[in-house]
Amino acid sequence: MHHNIHSKLSVSLALAGAIIFSVPAFAQDHNHHNDSRAEAAHDTHDHTDSEGGHDVKTQIKETIEHHLADSYEFTITEGVSFPLPVILFDEGLKVFSSSRFHHGESVAEVDGNYYLLYHSKIYKTDASGHLSMDEHHHPTNIMPLDFSITKNVFMILVMAGFMFFLFKAVAKAYQSGQTPKKAGRFLEPIIIYVRDEIAIPNIGEKHYKKYMSYLLTVFFFIWFMNLVGMTPLGINVTGNIAITFCLALITFIITQVSGNKHYWQHILWMPGIPVILKPVMAIIEILGLFIKPFSLMMRLYANMLAGHVVIMSIIGLIFVFGSWLIAPAFFGLTLVLSLLEVLVAALQAYIFTMLTALYFGSAVEDHEHH
Amino acid sequence: MDKLIHDFSFGLFIWQLLVFVALIFLLKKYAWKPILDAVNAREESIEGALKAAEKAREEMKALQSDNEAILKEAREERERILKEARDMKNKIVAEAKEAASAEADKTVAAAKATIEAEKTAAVTELKKQAATLSIEVAEKVLGQELSDANKQAEMIDKIIDDVKFN
Repeated sequence: MHHNIHSKLSVSLALAGAIIFSVPAFAQDHNHHNDSRAEAAHDTHDHTDSEGGHDVKTQIKETIEHHLADSYEFTITEGVSFPLPVILFDEGLKVFSSSRFHHGESVAEVDGNYYLLYHSKIYKTDASGHLSMDEHHHPTNIMPLDFSITKNVFMILVMAGFMFFLFKAVAKAYQSGQTPKKAGRFLEPIIIYVRDEIAIPNIGEKHYKKYMSYLLTVFFFIWFMNLVGMTPLGINVTGNIAITFCLALITFIITQVSGNKHYWQHILWMPGIPVILKPVMAIIEILGLFIKPFSLMMRLYANMLAGHVVIMSIIGLIFVFGSWLIAPAFFGLTLVLSLLEVLVAALQAYIFTMLTALYFGSAVEDHEHH
Repeated sequence: MDKLIHDFSFGLFIWQLLVFVALIFLLKKYAWKPILDAVNAREESIEGALKAAEKAREEMKALQSDNEAILKEAREERERILKEARDMKNKIVAEAKEAASAEADKTVAAAKATIEAEKTAAVTELKKQAATLSIEVAEKVLGQELSDANKQAEMIDKIIDDVKFN
């Protein structure tokens, strides 16, 4: 018990430390970003917010946006960043370092093609880097198929490697005895929790086994990614719609593939209601089929994104007020909200896994009572 | 929503799909299966151990009641043997006493008879010696007395008196 409290305390302390050290970086961030913005504006002569680029509020807004967005380089702190490989499919495979974009300041020339980084997206341009804009200020230039190792892809790969070696080590410890060792002591109860409190009650004793691998992987992936997102490295993987879409899609596919006769009967021709209502219910059920994974996708995305925005905004308020009297109050508020986010990190992983198990359960349920 | 769709990164989606699906299968093979199998095996072994312990406890109980019965039997056996021994002892002692007293009686009787015989013999002897002595004394006395006539008369008178008294 004492151990538990101690580890909780060290997490909070680490968090507090993380927040303290992230503040100076925050303050200095984005001078170069603004420059690049301004330059992009010069290039295109069609940029709206170049005027307010230097006031604090805009700076904060841009920093938050930058923090939430994916990136072609991995920024550890101001001035310390490393470029990541850009992989494009455009008349053949093009692989080059993102450093050739010079943080979006100049056009990258690869095999006679010119690419420009604008608002975290790569566009194909001419040698001068000209972007033609539509009425929504979106560039109409061609976007090549982009499979770059972005910051998020990099984090996914790191996390996959971390999880693989972590859980492999946990599994290996069981070869020399029946009790968990080291990290397994902490992780085994969680694995058993996923099995006994999430999988078995929702899917049932009979079918749960074949879904355990997915449920455990998705639970730990979301949880760990959420926690990594709380570090000041500016990682926002689970708050990215492409990630949550992918996870929800896998849940959706597994659910439909597992669906038994009763499941499809319930959706397409629901028993026990008047015939005239059956087609109506079928439409509602088919809509529900897509709404369920859609809600999974949006819930995780929105919760994680909102958490990041709120915390960063409150830190930002310290600089808006610029007063040493106000700063401690906002610092305290940030700390409290960060602790809340630690809870949310686990909670969202739990909810996603829980609902996924619930959908699997509905697909494999034996409707004997009908 | 428009912004969401515009910001959707297809490349990131594909990477996530590939890496995540690969991760599921890798973890399934190298982690989840061994871990869950080990946990299941442990849970089963714990259950088995608990059942075995319960069984052992019951066996122990049965054994204990058996022991008690055996102990009780042994105690009874001991009592019986002791009682027998005690009886035997008493009997032997009684017999011995009886024999001894009989022997003693016999010895006493024999002794009495001997004493009686000895006594009779002694008395006879004494009588014989007394008679002899008397005769001798009488011889000597008569030898002296008869030399004096007065004394003879006295003597005769005395003897006559004695005889009268007797």
